[in-house]
Amino acid sequence: MSEPRTPRSGGALPGLLKGLATTARTLARPTHTTEYPDAPPHLPPRSRGVIALLEENCTSCMLCARECPDWCIYIDSHKETLPATTPGGRERQRNVLDRFAIDFSLCMYCGICIEVCPFDALHWSPEFEYSELDIRDLLHEKDRLGQWMPTVPPPPALDEHSAEPAEVAAANKPARPARAAGAPPPARAARAERPERPERPARAERPARAERPEGTARPEPPADSVPAEPPTPPSTASESGSAETKSPEPTSGEDQ
Amino acid sequence: MTSSAGQRELTVGMGAGGLATADMVLNIGPQHPATHGVLRLRIVVDGERIVSAEPIVGYMHRGAEKLFEVRDYRQIVVLANRHDWLSAFSNELGVVLGVERMLGMEVPERAVWARTLLAELNRVLNHLMFLGSYPLELGAITPVFYAFREREELQAVMEEASGGRMHYMFNRVGGLKEDLPAGWLERVRYAVRAVRGRLPELESLIVGNEILEARTRGVGVLTAELIGAYGVSGPIARASGVDLDLRRDEPYLAYGELFGPSGPGRVVTRTAGDCLSRLEVLLEQVHVSLDLADACLERLHSLPQGPVNVRLPKVLKVPEGDLYTATENPLGLNGYYLVSRGEKTPWRLKLRSASFNNVAVLAEVLPGNLIADMVAILGSMFFVVGDIDK
Amino acid sequence: MTDVLEVTLRSVSVLAAFLVLPLLVGQAEHKVMAHMQGRLGPMYAGGFHGWAQLVADGVKFVQKEDITPAAADRRVFRFAPAVALVPYLVAMAVIPLSPDLVAADAPASALFVLATTAVGILGTLMAGWASANKYSLLGAMRSAAQLLSYELPLVLAVASVCLAAGSLSLGGIAQAWSPWWLIWQLPGALVFLVAAVAELQRPPFDMPVADAEIVFGAYTEYTGLRFAFFLLAEYAGIVVMSLLFAVLYLGGWQGPFSDQLGWLWTLLKGLVIAVVIIWLRVAWPRLREDQLQHLAWIVLVPLALAQLALTGVWVVVSA
Repeated sequence: MSEPRTPRSGGALPGLLKGLATTARTLARPTHTTEYPDAPPHLPPRSRGVIALLEENCTSCMLCARECPDWCIYIDSHKETLPATTPGGRERQRNVLDRFAIDFSLCMYCGICIEVCPFDALHWSPEFEYSELDIRDLLHEKDRLGQWMPTVPPPPALDEHSAEPAEVAAANKPARPARAAGAPPPARAARAERPERPERPARAERPARAERPEGTARPEPPADSVPAEPPTPPSTASESGSAETKSPEPTSGEDQ
Repeated sequence: MTSSAGQRELTVGMGAGGLATADMVLNIGPQHPATHGVLRLRIVVDGERIVSAEPIVGYMHRGAEKLFEVRDYRQIVVLANRHDWLSAFSNELGVVLGVERMLGMEVPERAVWARTLLAELNRVLNHLMFLGSYPLELGAITPVFYAFREREELQAVMEEASGGRMHYMFNRVGGLKEDLPAGWLERVRYAVRAVRGRLPELESLIVGNEILEARTRGVGVLTAELIGAYGVSGPIARASGVDLDLRRDEPYLAYGELFGPSGPGRVVTRTAGDCLSRLEVLLEQVHVSLDLADACLERLHSLPQGPVNVRLPKVLKVPEGDLYTATENPLGLNGYYLVSRGEKTPWRLKLRSASFNNVAVLAEVLPGNLIADMVAILGSMFFVVGDIDK
Repeated sequence: MTDVLEVTLRSVSVLAAFLVLPLLVGQAEHKVMAHMQGRLGPMYAGGFHGWAQLVADGVKFVQKEDITPAAADRRVFRFAPAVALVPYLVAMAVIPLSPDLVAADAPASALFVLATTAVGILGTLMAGWASANKYSLLGAMRSAAQLLSYELPLVLAVASVCLAAGSLSLGGIAQAWSPWWLIWQLPGALVFLVAAVAELQRPPFDMPVADAEIVFGAYTEYTGLRFAFFLLAEYAGIVVMSLLFAVLYLGGWQGPFSDQLGWLWTLLKGLVIAVVIIWLRVAWPRLREDQLQHLAWIVLVPLALAQLALTGVWVVVSA
């Protein structure tokens, strides 16, 4: 269809000199790389880095584990009977999550588990620095997965042409602000304006999330948990936390 | 070391036997710098001249087709975008387009244009990779750094929309996973402009370089007959004058309009069929794809408010039947033959990948060339090993 | 006694230059190439812009296992790096930095340098033959073929300069140099530069080590310190060839304040040539072996012969 074109750049210079000229020009310009460990990359909120677990929201429904294309999610739970809250009332049963683990050596980072979770217990976090020297250490148990929660960014505003969210269209619930209403920020500015990623604590001093009984579970905004206690190894902290708040049911032994 | 067909005695490496020469079997790969992975070429050389060549494939066979059969259509997308890891979006597209056609599903217009945009950006990403790696095989070490700078620019916007840098996982049956972020279209426009503006730098190292032309002009000529016989497709076929591009010939997505009479789309062809013309086709396709991306952006700006996906049933079952869906992937024709028995998984999903056919033709082209030319030809076949072995 | 002391001193200083200058060129390559490609290059080793990167590399190479393939011709295999390295050390001894600053003032030093540098190729040949590896063998054969193509133009180009200066000594040539040579000897200088790059097996003539084709040619099987010696030989070769070019074609120490700073001028001119050699690697792809032969016999040899004739005519006419 189209004929071979004359070279676009460099004009009449012979090809060899063009190459020399371009490299010399590049030499005189600032580099386009960043020094990664010193300058952390700016990752968009949708970036699929690691999967965070908001344990309070998990009902052990197993949907994520079943939908996972490579079966890398392990869930153990048991039923627990709660005594009736009012005299003469019925006893209630609930699922208690014993183990929730994702094997990141198998995970294909497709995000289906997060998509299918009906209770928003799983979230993407852009964090990616969790390489290990031993492949077995890539199996993140629920306390480790919980520690990613503070790094989960809020979802980005949507394009102005996007359809109204189903919730807004259905019943203008006051709790849910219309996300699509705001005008989009001008080009490029949005990336800079994006809320700063929460300060990344060193691995050891990440706040260990204590388990709460279901009644008091509240979906807390991701950024609010600041390490209140002196740094403690996560596993012991979660154990002590659960000892205080949980009913003295035989708890799981596998996840420790 | 063996002698070929028992014609001559082997003397190489023994230090004896006078001046008689013998053929030497040389394994290029499965671990070799020029094979981008684990392709293996078993070549017989007389000195440096290749007597015969045989591509040996399968070192990276992952059984993709069999894995498809035990996964539902969303899970298939996860796998399908992985065989050709440089054209993940186009791979996803073939699966969902096939399923949508069998369901008779209408995809919202914004999704169609957004998909077209992302597919073209993916094509640019793919081509930039080869525009960097091919000169690298010819000994030019710098183009790959310039190409990756542009790739980074585009990957940033791809990641912002889809969350992934290679395996986008952004297609769903019926549209896209979620809507585009606010201000994203502007940033894509900026990225496309930046890439187009800096392409001349990359071109200045490739286009018109006398050494590169000496290495590629007239080397590894593929005739149109060979193209037809081996089912070679994509930029390689078009470089030999085979004017075939599914985007124009069997339009899907919004290509019918883009490649229409007034659209910016045009099919890039060359006639020489040598390594140089294959490189030229790739380079020019980048320009065409950037133009197409601009047209898509224009359209996405003017489209009315609307969804980018349709609500799916809880369990998605494809009605009984079969359908072949082919798309014009960056590397060539990529087809999925979907046979459904009304289950939520396909009964069979045959994958026709571009690189497999494109590499098969090597056995015809390589004999008679030098080892140095072998690398030039191999690189100009623009293959991805995962796409060969599936 | 003083003789012994002087010889020792001269040897040690040549050895020091031999160890330091290639590292300087190597570091320059790291940084110049990186910035030409829009990168920063090494930034951490040593603290300031990675100045100690090559020292760190050396330490790493020392620690690595020294492997000799089972099928290799052991003695030849282990001896080859020395054969590649030592000729450049010897050549460096006779290159003058200034009229007084030369380790060994040989009377026909130009000839001596050409003779010694040509020995270095033997190291590559030995390495390729002894490695018992097909890629190594191909690489060795390619460097042997390459030898044929650059050696003659190189000698002819140097012969022209010697004729112009009426001297076979490098010191004498630099002394006789005048700026007019920049034009008069230009074709010869270009031939010399091309042939030098070919001798060094640097891009665009790095076919003997073409990584995309024959892995790393003759050096494929080498590890650790022996591999480092080959790399050192390559960079020492750049130093020798650059200084040689500076002395032959750019007047060596001639320049302002040449009485005090003559050695600096030679080094600076050499560094510029070294950067040019690096620059070619950054900007260009590599040729094919037969294309180099073509270039050598069709372009370089006739050009060098024409230069020789031109020089001869001018010398006779102006005498």
